Formats: sequence, C-alpha cells, structure tokens
Amino acid sequence: MLTFVRGKNGDDTELISNLDPMRETKKIEIENLRLAYGGKEVIHGISFDVRANEIFGIIGPAQSGKTSLLRCINRTIEFTAGAKVQGMIKVDGQDVSRMKNVYELRRQVGMVAPLPVGLPLSIYDNVAFAPRAAGMRNKHHLDALVEKCLRQAALWDEVTDRLDSLGTRLSGGQQQRLTIARALSHQPEILCLDEFSIAIDPVTTMRIEDVLKELRKEMTIILVTNLVQQARRLADRTMFLWNGEIIELDSNEVMFSDNPRNRKTYEYVNGIFG
Amino acid sequence: MLAEPHRRVKRRPFELVSEKLIEALICVCGFSAIIFVFSIFFFVLREGAPFLSRLQMGEFLFSTEWFPTSQTQPKFGVGALVVGTLSVTILAMIIAVPFGLGAAVFVSEFCAGKAKETLKVVIELLAAIPSVVWGFIGLTVMSPIVINTFHVPIGINMFNGAILLALMSVPIMVSIGEDALKAVPDSYREAALALGATKWQLVYRVLLPAAKNGLLAAVLLGVGRAIGETMAVLMATGHSVRIPKTIFDPVRTLTATIAAELGETSKGSDHYQVLFLIGVLLFTITFVVNLSADLVIKGIRKK
Ligand SMILES: Nc1ncnc2c1ncn2[C@@H]1O[C@H](COP(=O)(O)OP(=O)(O)OP(=O)(O)O)[C@@H](O)[C@H]1O
Ligand SMILES: [Mg+2]
Repeated sequence: MLTFVRGKNGDDTELISNLDPMRETKKIEIENLRLAYGGKEVIHGISFDVRANEIFGIIGPAQSGKTSLLRCINRTIEFTAGAKVQGMIKVDGQDVSRMKNVYELRRQVGMVAPLPVGLPLSIYDNVAFAPRAAGMRNKHHLDALVEKCLRQAALWDEVTDRLDSLGTRLSGGQQQRLTIARALSHQPEILCLDEFSIAIDPVTTMRIEDVLKELRKEMTIILVTNLVQQARRLADRTMFLWNGEIIELDSNEVMFSDNPRNRKTYEYVNGIFG
Repeated sequence: MLAEPHRRVKRRPFELVSEKLIEALICVCGFSAIIFVFSIFFFVLREGAPFLSRLQMGEFLFSTEWFPTSQTQPKFGVGALVVGTLSVTILAMIIAVPFGLGAAVFVSEFCAGKAKETLKVVIELLAAIPSVVWGFIGLTVMSPIVINTFHVPIGINMFNGAILLALMSVPIMVSIGEDALKAVPDSYREAALALGATKWQLVYRVLLPAAKNGLLAAVLLGVGRAIGETMAVLMATGHSVRIPKTIFDPVRTLTATIAAELGETSKGSDHYQVLFLIGVLLFTITFVVNLSADLVIKGIRKK
C-alpha cells in the first residue's frame, strides 16, 4: 500500500510505503495445503502467507484443523501414522518437506500445545532441554537463557527457589507457562501458540500477552485461539478457519469490524453461530 | 431443568456384600505372596537350622575349603562358591545389561511393524528355551568356540557360563524393559522431538530417566534369573571349587552345588543341613540385591 505524505517543506511530496519493509517479507508461505488422516481429508487445499514479525491469529470452531495446521509447519505431523500432507509449506522460502535437517526446522519453530506436556525432568532441565539438544553446554549461558525464558513466560518469580524440582509438580497453569518458556528456549524465529491460555488465569494471561507483544519484535507469532477477543487484542491479521477451509483472512480492522468480507466471519466473531 | 423428578438409584444390599467379598479376596491374594515367601524361607531354614549351632560363621562364609564328604575331617567353607556365583553373575550382567536394555530401546523406539513383531516373537522364543538345553549348548557348542578363540585349555568355565546366563536373562530384560518404555506417554516423545531433539537425545534424555524404575526392575529380574540359574551353570562352568583368577577359570556356584550334592546326602546329616543353609544364603543374597536396588531407586526419586 502506498501513501503520499506531505514533505517537510510542505510543498513537495515523498513517496513512502506506510508498511515497514521488514513486515512485508513472507516468513511462511503455504500453498494449496491438503492434509488427510488415514484417507479422511481435514484440510482442503488452503493457501496463505504469514509475514515476518506479525502476530497471526487463527480462529475457528473445534475440529476446523487449527492444531493440525500448526503440526504441519514443524513437521510434527509426521509422528501421526497415516497422516498425509500435500501441497507446499515454505519457511523463509525453503520447502519444509525437503529440509534435510528437520531438527533445525523444529528448533526454528517454537510450539506450545494446548495441554501442557512437562517433560519428566526438573524445571531447569525442561527449559534447558532444547538448547542442550542443540549442543549448548556452557553453564553460564544456560543459566542466563533459562532465566530469560522463564521471565518471558511470567514464571520466574514463582519458581526461582525450586528450579531443581520436577516440572510436572507445578500447577496446571504454571506447567503451561513452563511449556511457553521451553518453546522460547531454543530462540525460535516462529512461535506457535495453540490455545495457550486455556489453563491460565486472566491476570497471568494478560502478562503473557504483553510479553507476546514485545516478542513480536524478535519473532513471528502464530496464535491459535478459541478466544476471539484474544485474537482481536493481539493479532495484526486473523484467519478464520472452518472445516479445513479459509473463510476469511484479513487485517484485524476488517475482521472485527461490523462488516467483514464474509458474513460467516461476522457471525462467528459475534457468537451468533459456532 | 429436569423434566422428571430426579430419582436416586439405590444400591441393593447384595451389591454391598459382593463388594466387600471381592475386596477381601483381593486382600488374600496380596497377602498370600508375603505368606509364601516367608514360609519358603522358614522351611528352608528349618532343615538347616540344627547345624547353625555347630557352625563357625566366619569359616562357613569365608573359607574356600569345601570337603563335605570327607570321612575324617569334613570342611564346609562356601567362600569359593559365593565368589563363583557372584563372579559369574556379575560377568553375565556386564554382558547382558547393555545388550538387554539396548535391545529393549531398539524394539520399543527404533523398530516398527513387521520387524518389531518378528523380533518380539524371537526374543520370547529365546526365553522359552529350557535351561538344560542352554547347558547342553554350553557344553557342546560354546566350549570348543571358547577354546579356539581364546586359546584356553578348558572350554567350560566362568566365561562360558556367563555367556549362557547373559543369553538367558536378556529376553526377560528386553520384554520387561520394553514394557517400561512403552509405558512412557507418547506426549513426552512428541514434546521432546518438537523441541528439535534427535531420536537418540530423546532416548537418553527423556525416555531412560522416565522409565528408570521399570528398567531397573528389568535388570533386577535378569540378575535374579542369573543368580538362581542352576542347570546351565552346573553344566557349563566347570563345577570346580576355587577362586577364579581369570574369567577363563572354571568355577562352581552355590546353586549348582545344591543341585549336584543334595541327592547324595542322607537326610539330616551335616552335609544335608549345610546345603540348606546355602539355600538360606542364596535367599539372603537376592534379598540384599533387591533391597539395595530399591534404595537406589528411592535415592534417584528424591533428587
Ligand atoms: N491424530 C489424529 N488422527 C486422526 N484424526 C485426527 C487426528 N488429529 C486430528 N484429527 C482430526 O482432524 C480434524 C482437525 O483436528 P484439529 O485437532 O486440527 O482441530 P482443531 O481446529 O485444533 O480443534 P480444537 O479447536 O478442538 O483444538 C478433526 O476432525 C480431528 O478429528
Ligand atoms: Mg486444537
């Protein structure tokens, strides 16, 4: 989008883009993605881009394929026997299905699952797991990184004095934040959050949302959420997915306005159906 | 909200009684295990007990002189037999533990479909081979191999026995170890792999710690099998009373001694009673092994 703005002198005009050039680069490109579980297709050929350093919201009713979509991006879908992916997913212009080093891809993408899965390790080891797997050994660097991630996940203050105790002994909401810290620990370029706040109280949710707004400077964030208002608060653009198809993908101004391009979007956002 | 008036379902008295009955039955099953262990211990001890008063504990445990049938001066020192049992067991475990646990990891994590099923069937077959057949294999197959590869004079020795014991305990370790690994939830695997861990990192950083109790149980069952095994070691270790200097020396174990000599003793004789005391000693050794393993697990858990 181009805009003419008045120059300093008032009489001449300069041509500038009102969008930061960084924001225009495509971080993820998805073309005609199809996904089937054992022959039953659940994502029916969708195409969209995620721009670098944006918060990209995905909303949609249950079973619309949101989680499955995320799992395609970091290729964790491969753990499900019988899942078949067709089409193209590119991260930084590289086709993920052709990437030889899938571990590198997975470190590039931080993933927070809806139900927290604390590894049966101490809190510290949970967060240090990915950096260690990537070959980080230096104790000082690890300490600093663990602290930074736990702070970002709004968990540090609650666990400073028990970093050595089992991560699975934390409360549900704390475990969820632990998985957020863990997803940040490998300094991903893309952070995928799948309904991260279902087990977290509203106050902490707000704190994490603030962190996400900060993190956006460093990484691209995909936010899958059942809370339409959360997408509205945080996202730059939001995609409405329904039964494996994109109903609408627009900037938040359009999506959450009184007349989005698709009638269904309006109805879903305002709780009229779904 | 409820269209009909809510009716509470009443429990019939019969159900309550049967509930209590089942509870009692399960209780009996649980306690019977304890009763069996104690009564076995009691009966074995009772046969050997009269000799206890005449027995010098130090000599019994540490002397290596085992001449139970001497007319003039019988000697009952089981030191060499204890060393025989322990050395052959330890050597067997050095071979079997890495193999058993490695195979368990392989079957459970790196193997799928047909290959997995085939492997499991083969391993179960291995577990079903009677120990006398193993002894036979030790005598006729292993012995010449040992002689030819290591250029030692005698093929039936500690090494031969340990290999057989290892082969016998590996199948137990694999199947129990695989169960332990299978019990680790898949969500751990996904979470670790999603963090960019390789398969191998997943195994040694997540699965082994998560399954450590079950894996230790697998190892313990293997140890138990090795300590208690009789027929194969009787046939394949050389059955000679001495402290081994190398792993290619023949040894004799506690179990083999009981099996070989009990039939020749007259009931109630000193020799007879000492053999039962050896049984008590075996009991004690396995008990100590289990107990220390338990303590180790508790120690790990506290951390
Ligand atoms: N492992 C699986 N095996 C078979 N089918 C699956 C599997 N996972 C998901 N599905 C199917 O794929 C479809 C999309 O599921 P998905 O979990 O992606 O939905 P979702 O949008 O994340 O839903 P929710 O909001 O409830 O989390 C559903 O119909 C579901 O039944
Ligand atoms: Mg989901």
